[in-house]
Amino acid sequence: MRKAFRRPVFLIGLFISLALFSVALLSLVWTPFPPTKMNIVQKLKAPLEFGLLGTDQFGRDVASALMVGAWNSLSTSILAVALGASIGTMAGVVVAMRRGWLELIVMRGCDIIFAVPPILSAMMLGAFIGSGRFTAIVAIAVFMVPVFARLTLSAALQIWTRDYVAAAVGMGRSKATITRVHVLPNISNQIIVQVTIQLGLAILTEAGLSFLGLGMPPPAPTWGRMLADSQTFLGQAPWLALMPGLAIALAVLGLNMLGDGLRDLLDPRDDS
Amino acid sequence: MISILVRRILSLVVTLFVVSLLIFTVMGLLPGDPAAIMLGTSASPETLAALQKQLGLDQPLPVRYLAWLAGVFRGDLGQSYTYGVPVAGLIAERLAVTIPLALIAIVISVLVAVPLGVQAARSHNGAFDFVAGLFSYIGIAVPAFWVGLLLIILFSSMLGWMPAGGFPGWDAGLFAGLEALVLPAVALALPQAGVLTRVARAAVLEVMNEDFVRTARAKGLSDGTAIWRHAVPNALVPVVTMLGLQFTFLIAGAVLVENVFNLPGLGRLAYQALSQRDIVVMQDVVLFFSGLVILMNFVVDLAYLAIDPRLRAGAQ
Repeated sequence: MRKAFRRPVFLIGLFISLALFSVALLSLVWTPFPPTKMNIVQKLKAPLEFGLLGTDQFGRDVASALMVGAWNSLSTSILAVALGASIGTMAGVVVAMRRGWLELIVMRGCDIIFAVPPILSAMMLGAFIGSGRFTAIVAIAVFMVPVFARLTLSAALQIWTRDYVAAAVGMGRSKATITRVHVLPNISNQIIVQVTIQLGLAILTEAGLSFLGLGMPPPAPTWGRMLADSQTFLGQAPWLALMPGLAIALAVLGLNMLGDGLRDLLDPRDDS
Repeated sequence: MISILVRRILSLVVTLFVVSLLIFTVMGLLPGDPAAIMLGTSASPETLAALQKQLGLDQPLPVRYLAWLAGVFRGDLGQSYTYGVPVAGLIAERLAVTIPLALIAIVISVLVAVPLGVQAARSHNGAFDFVAGLFSYIGIAVPAFWVGLLLIILFSSMLGWMPAGGFPGWDAGLFAGLEALVLPAVALALPQAGVLTRVARAAVLEVMNEDFVRTARAKGLSDGTAIWRHAVPNALVPVVTMLGLQFTFLIAGAVLVENVFNLPGLGRLAYQALSQRDIVVMQDVVLFFSGLVILMNFVVDLAYLAIDPRLRAGAQ
């Protein structure tokens, strides 16, 4: 634990991530103004001229919208990563257990899924089942599956070569039990690190999807759509394009730093 | 060497085939009738039936797939419903924007990342290393399309140096075309550069203390020459690998950046097809992009063989 306080990357990452989560949670109970309430008289006000960060073309408070946007972005991303990580991890440990033709099929499948960027699968899904949060979650989750399947497989295969696993096999433990008792607990650190980093990637992707109108439908504020809307007013109100982008970048930066910090911290080989 | 090549090409063909089959199946299994989606709710049953017949939707899925595949081999990807022209021509036209955009972005990102990564490795844990690390953290975190917006604010609305978007076409001259692609390419390159800087730094660090670099120094080469001539070429393999792995993200970024800058590229086409519900175009563009990613990974595989003679020996 003391080690944690000597890692600036970890600390900064933790701080930003906690701030992000707090703001997102706070938005559920309090925002400076109702985030979707229009107030045309106060439209396109600069930061501090009205509210903390100004208003958009309908006079809606930017700071409030950003707060709710944090919740919308985070909750979508968390659901997507949770879904993708569980399926991917499950596939990875099962393949590590069985090997053979199953490994070939799953890994080739991963290559194929990886070839379709989530933006495009969201477009395809959007065309058929309509765009919205569900589409965004599925598109991002599908892309996460190969990431976690590959990671889990390679990590789990290493565990399967260990002596204590050989001992467990010798004792007649079933493969499923070994996976549960020995493999999963020993690879969980790597999965946690990856979840953190992929959460950042999911936020980035979700922002891209809502930018294209493939995320949560209006009037729910999302960082991506705030950026899309700001395009019309780049000359008049450039700050509208500044804040949501900064929010995305900061959120991703924080999660990436937290992930890197965790990786350092959880690595048992490194005691420096 | 030839046998490796043949094996790789065979595996490429199989993968491409499976991808097309998979995307086709998924599209076929999704709820919603493409003809109904394309026509909207106001269409008469006769028009709907006519379009269904034109799209071959009255046929079972396997028949449609084979017909589509046969078309691909003839260079026929079907008709765009909204544009009324062959999709193949449409894609080819849009590629003239997307391919140069992606290439310029790749070149910029490599030209930024490799020197930065190398210098960072040389000043390991020093001030420059810290700055380069910060750059890559920020580069990775910042969405490319937002960088695009910032560049427009700075270089077109404030300074007025660059066009805010649009593409004059290559007929307007090479310079005008390139000028329109500079800002989008920079926006697209930044996240890539962030990732590549990290990779280049780690790779150089790894080989910097190897015997052959020490030997190069011992025989009297300066530090810089020893690293650039002996360490960097060895460190390029991971950089090329990362370029291949990042290609999916480059394409995703291009879809967004093209929309920010209003460039008539493939990503913009996909977006327009979505908003006009032109399913045929969507399906072909998605397949094309996926094929491109797979092809890129194949090229990266071949590039390994060219860069690293050890792999050639190992694979035989």
